Amino acid sequence: MGVEGIGARVVRKEDKRFITGKGRYVDDIKLTGMTHAYFIRSPHAHAKVKGIDSSAALKMPGVVAVLTGKQLVDDKVGNLICGWAITSKDGSPMKMGAWPAMAPETVRFVGQAVAVVIAESKNLARDAAEAVVVDYEELPAVADMHAAIKTGAPQLHPEAPGNQVYDWVIGDEGAVNAAFSKAANVVKLDVTNNRLAPNAMEPRAAIADYDAAEEHFTLYTTSQNPHVARLVLSAFYNIAPEHKLRVIAPDVGGGFGSKIFIYPEEMVALWASKKVGRPVKWTGDRTEAFLTDAHGRDHITHAEMAFDANNKIIGLRVKTYANFGAYMSLFSSSVPTYLYATLLSGQYNIPAIHAEVIGVYTNTTPVDAYRGAGRPEASYLIERLMETAARQLNVDPAQLRRTNFITQFPHQTPVIMAYDTGDFNASLDAAMKAIDYAGFPARKAQAKSQGKLRGIGVSCYIEACGIAPSKAVGSLGAGVGLWESAEVRVNPVGTIEILTGSHSHGQGHETTFCQLVADRLGVPISQVSIVHGDTDKVQFGMGTYGSRSAAVGLTAILKAMEKVESKAKKIAAHALEASEADIVIENGEFKVTGTDKAIAFPMVALAAYTAHNLPEGMEPGLKESAFYDPTNFTFPAGAYICELEVDPGTGKTSFINFVAADDFGRLINPMIVEGQVHGGLAQGIGQALLEHAIYDANGQPVTASFMDYAMPRADDLPSFNLSHTTTLCPGNPLGIKGCGEAGAIGASAAVINAITDAIGKNNLEMPATPDRVWRTIHAA
Amino acid sequence: MYQTTYHRASSVDEAASLFAKSSEAKFLAGGQTLLPVMKQRLAGPSDVIDVAKIKDMIGVEASGDTLTIKAATPHYDVATSDAAKKAIPALAYLASLIGDPAVRYRGTIGGSIANNDPAADYPAALLALDATVKTNKRSIAAADFFKGLFTTALEDGEIITAVSFPVPAKAGYSKMPHPASRFALAGVFVAQTKSGEVRVAATGASQNGVMRVPAIEAALKTNWSPAAIDSVSIPASGLLADIHGSAEYRANLVKVMAQRAVAAAG
Repeated sequence: MGVEGIGARVVRKEDKRFITGKGRYVDDIKLTGMTHAYFIRSPHAHAKVKGIDSSAALKMPGVVAVLTGKQLVDDKVGNLICGWAITSKDGSPMKMGAWPAMAPETVRFVGQAVAVVIAESKNLARDAAEAVVVDYEELPAVADMHAAIKTGAPQLHPEAPGNQVYDWVIGDEGAVNAAFSKAANVVKLDVTNNRLAPNAMEPRAAIADYDAAEEHFTLYTTSQNPHVARLVLSAFYNIAPEHKLRVIAPDVGGGFGSKIFIYPEEMVALWASKKVGRPVKWTGDRTEAFLTDAHGRDHITHAEMAFDANNKIIGLRVKTYANFGAYMSLFSSSVPTYLYATLLSGQYNIPAIHAEVIGVYTNTTPVDAYRGAGRPEASYLIERLMETAARQLNVDPAQLRRTNFITQFPHQTPVIMAYDTGDFNASLDAAMKAIDYAGFPARKAQAKSQGKLRGIGVSCYIEACGIAPSKAVGSLGAGVGLWESAEVRVNPVGTIEILTGSHSHGQGHETTFCQLVADRLGVPISQVSIVHGDTDKVQFGMGTYGSRSAAVGLTAILKAMEKVESKAKKIAAHALEASEADIVIENGEFKVTGTDKAIAFPMVALAAYTAHNLPEGMEPGLKESAFYDPTNFTFPAGAYICELEVDPGTGKTSFINFVAADDFGRLINPMIVEGQVHGGLAQGIGQALLEHAIYDANGQPVTASFMDYAMPRADDLPSFNLSHTTTLCPGNPLGIKGCGEAGAIGASAAVINAITDAIGKNNLEMPATPDRVWRTIHAA
Repeated sequence: MYQTTYHRASSVDEAASLFAKSSEAKFLAGGQTLLPVMKQRLAGPSDVIDVAKIKDMIGVEASGDTLTIKAATPHYDVATSDAAKKAIPALAYLASLIGDPAVRYRGTIGGSIANNDPAADYPAALLALDATVKTNKRSIAAADFFKGLFTTALEDGEIITAVSFPVPAKAGYSKMPHPASRFALAGVFVAQTKSGEVRVAATGASQNGVMRVPAIEAALKTNWSPAAIDSVSIPASGLLADIHGSAEYRANLVKVMAQRAVAAAG
């Protein structure tokens, strides 16, 4: 592997600039003549906008313009779209309510923009915003999903009667009914998957710069996928044709899914920049992040699992209500359907599965993909069910899982996915050994003697990552292909630039992608740089989400590298007067195998560009590109076990140990993988114990600041005990499965299973706050 | 933030005179409440008078049976003060639990009690230890100082200069932190004075801010031990309730925290 090659724990190249404050985020960018936008947002969850009087604001110092939703609609800026078409069980398409970037007539959640002030500074814009008078006529609002689908509930969209987005089904209902009719035991469970606010460290921001002479726009934005942003802005929002719109996503401080989507603010900034003839900057604050960044999760599910007399699962029946919030965000429709129900088989051999998912509009912030996106909901449900079943059937929870593990691969589940490889027993073995599972009863007894309730909880997760191949996602309704692109540019002196369609916003691509090059060519990673995040520099690419950058993006780089190496070998063979088949690459040199004849890689590069002595007919230069579309999703999986204690006096949970045994296939940089797992576990544990985005019955957010929304902090978390078992992914040449979301997918069930084990009561919702745990302990 | 004029006072008198000259001034100490509120435009003082750099207002001193903490002393300084740890270790411990390190480096005792947040830690200590609040005009007993939610006996422009605590025979503090804000969901300070009086104060629990807990005081007066509180029942009525803690939960916490505070006090 070499000291910097695949598998090496290379320190992150990008960290020097991040930890010395030299990162370049959108808000760090200042353009000549730049103006500042401040959005006027609805304080009501549901209201008619009767009128907007901006006359006083327009007279205030530094005000350039006040623009409203009506003007936006008059200028034919397109409504926001949802890019994944889902069909209800009755054959009807999903019901998409119109979502203009600023509301001309009706606001449907607190924080929805109705107008924007453009001024010489942000503070002046905010001053003027206070002078804009918006005349609202309040309408009845509904925030609770069950209330929203009741007859007589306030209606959000004329397009969606009964506030229903869709009623979608998957699986064979007849087979499931047959399984339940012959079941020896049936286990039932109701679970709520709590709503979360993603809270990337960097709030969203945008700068739009319109060049009237060229009729060209530049957009700097906090995006995980700048090409997709450009495509959507041009194809659907009528902002500009693609070749007249450059989208730049510079350093981006975290996304977790929330920066996949195209938001109203960047649309308005682009439109406003043309209107005022100057660059327009908007930087959201934390309150705006809570109110307008797409939230995650928010499911209510009833599930039933049927077992035969040997404790083998024979059927699974699931009904889920998924809260969409007030509008359908860009990929929201796919999250509770194809990213959720297709994973309901978990790690288990389940012959019959049927799931029904009902999407519901409510007067709350739109909900979309958040780290894991559908897969945490599936994993949490299945792993809570398995634990519940073990308790009901009076068998060891680890053994019940082993009884039902899939052990033969490939494995076709009854819900579309075909698992390619895995070794679920190996992960569970590793986790059980790491936590000394066998010694737990003694530790529990010891804790009891000290007045503490100790519990242990297992979670065996599986996820589908890469979010590809394109043909597969297309057949399921995706509006885009989900391949990835790369270009490898070798410079005449032998340094290398990698242009990737992936986008790094914390993942460490600037290091890991270089490690592939170092591994193949034997050049130091300091000789390689990664170029990403600019549609003018980089070929079309699909961006980073779904743990896909290594499995899909890095494989595209590999494909381009292979082409570069092939040409370089021809040049080397020609220079060394050897056969191309005899050329091997070692430590930065192209050697004739079995001889001491060699030419250094920079000399090969120089030869390619001087072109003085190339093989007959060869084009000069050394630059190749590739598009890579995988043949299947990848299936990272693993076993997490959590051991904790509950203080019966306060209900407070304290971690004793948390072990994670993951199978991510091949690891490029184990240190970065561990960092990804730590972050994911923090978010999974945050969901289990702390985080909850709450609305009151009238749709007013209760948790719109860190004073009320409990983000996990370092002292809320245990020291993690990580290990890896490996089955290489057969779907890509590097054998990579992906590691970005696993922690967030697998952790929450382990925590809740451990708490419910500790307190001896099975019904406990997330977040398991001390108050909730205490009340559960003491409930009759 | 609205436009404001910042002044840094070098003495208490200068701070008072700056205040008198301003139309709508606010004193700034650690800024842990005022600055966020100003950033959210929920406050727009014409003038901000910074008292945090006034030398006479910083420091912890023990003298005889009294520990004096000057008003602009940050929590971190109290938590690490040898004088405080020796005279009233429970008070130094309380300071070490406030917020997080960033808050403790900035936030001050004077700022905390002047704001009188119903979930702040210090008011419980002041009330249980029968402390005296010293201002530039007078001395106020803690029992008379706290007047309910975010309300104190301070007059307009009056500046807290120090808080003096009688050194107790025994004292302890125990707190269940709010999961998000790290204020107290409930925090209970128990003290036994050198004359044998038992005083117990709870913060974070009552809708009226910091409160004495007579039922626990009576139980401890008879028998200074955690077990003495076992039979005490704290009514939930009048207690705060929010997404992080129901009134019943807070009532339970008052009892449990009191028991743990007694155990810590020894």
